[in-house]
Amino acid sequence: MNSPANAVEVEGLTVRYGSLVAVDSVSFTAAAGQITAVLGPNGAGKTSTIEVCEGYRTPSAGRVRVLGLDPASDQRRLSEQMGVMLQEGGVYPSARVVDTVRHYTALYGKGVDPLALVERVGMSARAKAPWRRLSGGERQRLSLALALAAKPAVAFLDEPTSGVDLNGRDTIRGIVRELAADGCAVVLATHELDEAERVADRVIIFDGGSVIADGTLAELRKGHDEIRFRSSPDLDLRELATAIGMVASRVGPDEYVIDAPPHPRLMAQLASWLAENGLPLTDVRAGAQRLEDVFRRLTADGGGDQ
Amino acid sequence: MSRFTTQLRAEVQLVSRNGEQLLVTLGIPVLLLVFFSTVDVLPTGTPDPIDFLAPGILALAVMSTSMVSLGIATGFERSYHVLKRLGATPLGRPRLVAAKISSVAVVEVVQFAVIIPVAYALGWNPDAPNWPAALGGVLLGTMAFAGIGLSLAGRLRGEINLAAQNGLYLVLLLLGGMVIPLAKLPSGVRQVAQMLPSGALADVLRETLTGAGVQPATSWLVLATWALAMPLAASRLFRWD
Repeated sequence: MNSPANAVEVEGLTVRYGSLVAVDSVSFTAAAGQITAVLGPNGAGKTSTIEVCEGYRTPSAGRVRVLGLDPASDQRRLSEQMGVMLQEGGVYPSARVVDTVRHYTALYGKGVDPLALVERVGMSARAKAPWRRLSGGERQRLSLALALAAKPAVAFLDEPTSGVDLNGRDTIRGIVRELAADGCAVVLATHELDEAERVADRVIIFDGGSVIADGTLAELRKGHDEIRFRSSPDLDLRELATAIGMVASRVGPDEYVIDAPPHPRLMAQLASWLAENGLPLTDVRAGAQRLEDVFRRLTADGGGDQ
Repeated sequence: MSRFTTQLRAEVQLVSRNGEQLLVTLGIPVLLLVFFSTVDVLPTGTPDPIDFLAPGILALAVMSTSMVSLGIATGFERSYHVLKRLGATPLGRPRLVAAKISSVAVVEVVQFAVIIPVAYALGWNPDAPNWPAALGGVLLGTMAFAGIGLSLAGRLRGEINLAAQNGLYLVLLLLGGMVIPLAKLPSGVRQVAQMLPSGALADVLRETLTGAGVQPATSWLVLATWALAMPLAASRLFRWD
């Protein structure tokens, strides 16, 4: 079947557990060939939303289509083209890496070579180890391999780099980018904002069961330039504001932010005032907000825990 | 290889690597057979206890494998999210249930290959055993017990499922006419016990193998009813996570 440009279409999705509304009339899309990161504090509704898209959960209201199929009624057909990576578990504790990959490649029947797949996720040296003896990072790699066994047109990856070491993260990021480059719609749920910032083409932020932001990183950062710097912990912010004509906020013990575009004159005024007062200036960063700051700003009212 | 045979192969591989399951499915039935046929403490009502015990232990073996072993393993697979992960593949629920029940049949072949020679070695010598009919009883028993095991495993949390399966195993063992004749039970309890799948299977095997069934026609009917109802219940109650 032809993959639609929007591989995932969610319109007015609501998920209720008894009287609790976990997802409240959420709408978004995820395009083929793109990496869409779904972010949100715990309990924001992202897992319930993704589980509806995967066909695990039936929506209370709304319309969901994945590759043009209704996940609730067409889950079997959808599963032929869908890769799923669970946040944890999913494998028999006594099952060996290579046997598990062989099992899943056979279930999907797409002609994926299990040994090549084990090698692709960097697990050849651990091919004969049982799941229970794998480290957290190795388990994530194996879980990713199982998602790849589907040769997916759409992939839902839950915390793919959680607990993975630096080299492993590079491997996983590379594979995720390859997936998208091959036309797969990758939907990546993560708490790790840095991860989303590194790989995502688009970011959807959930809070309190609703989507509170949806766009490319550039769109989310637009209009939110800042100057961030470190200095003495006891900086006199009132005097600084008088000197540079802008308000600085303390965001850490010795970290400060000025919400303004990084104009050279402002930068010079800041440096000059600090120098005149014999104060240090380190870790200067100017320009667009980091995703972490965008996330904090957007979820501040919702009491998110990120 | 089809998806069904792929899953069946994985299931058999897992059983063969799981020592505890082999203990329940093979160790306990053989131990009970050897112990109670050599130590004459049970009110079996037969000149040689082995004549009563052999069909009962075969029924116990079927129950151990298809209900307890399958149910506990499946319950833990739910806890480990194995079933949830499989639920996202094209395997599908009916094929998963079919593969699990078929893996039970494979284990039962091994059980019978061990228990029957042990019974003969202990002096069991039935006159004209009707093995094809007994096989039919085993098939129905397998369906019934697997349905019960999967119904519990598909709904209860891992630890609760473990306790429920073991508790039910004990109740069905004691009230099932496997090692204690139903005639020795109080009449009210006996009437209930005759409606249980364990009592029905033991009676059917006793009738087909030794001609000593108590109420064979009723037992066949009871067993067939459980065999139809419980797999249906399992496919309706079963949850992936």
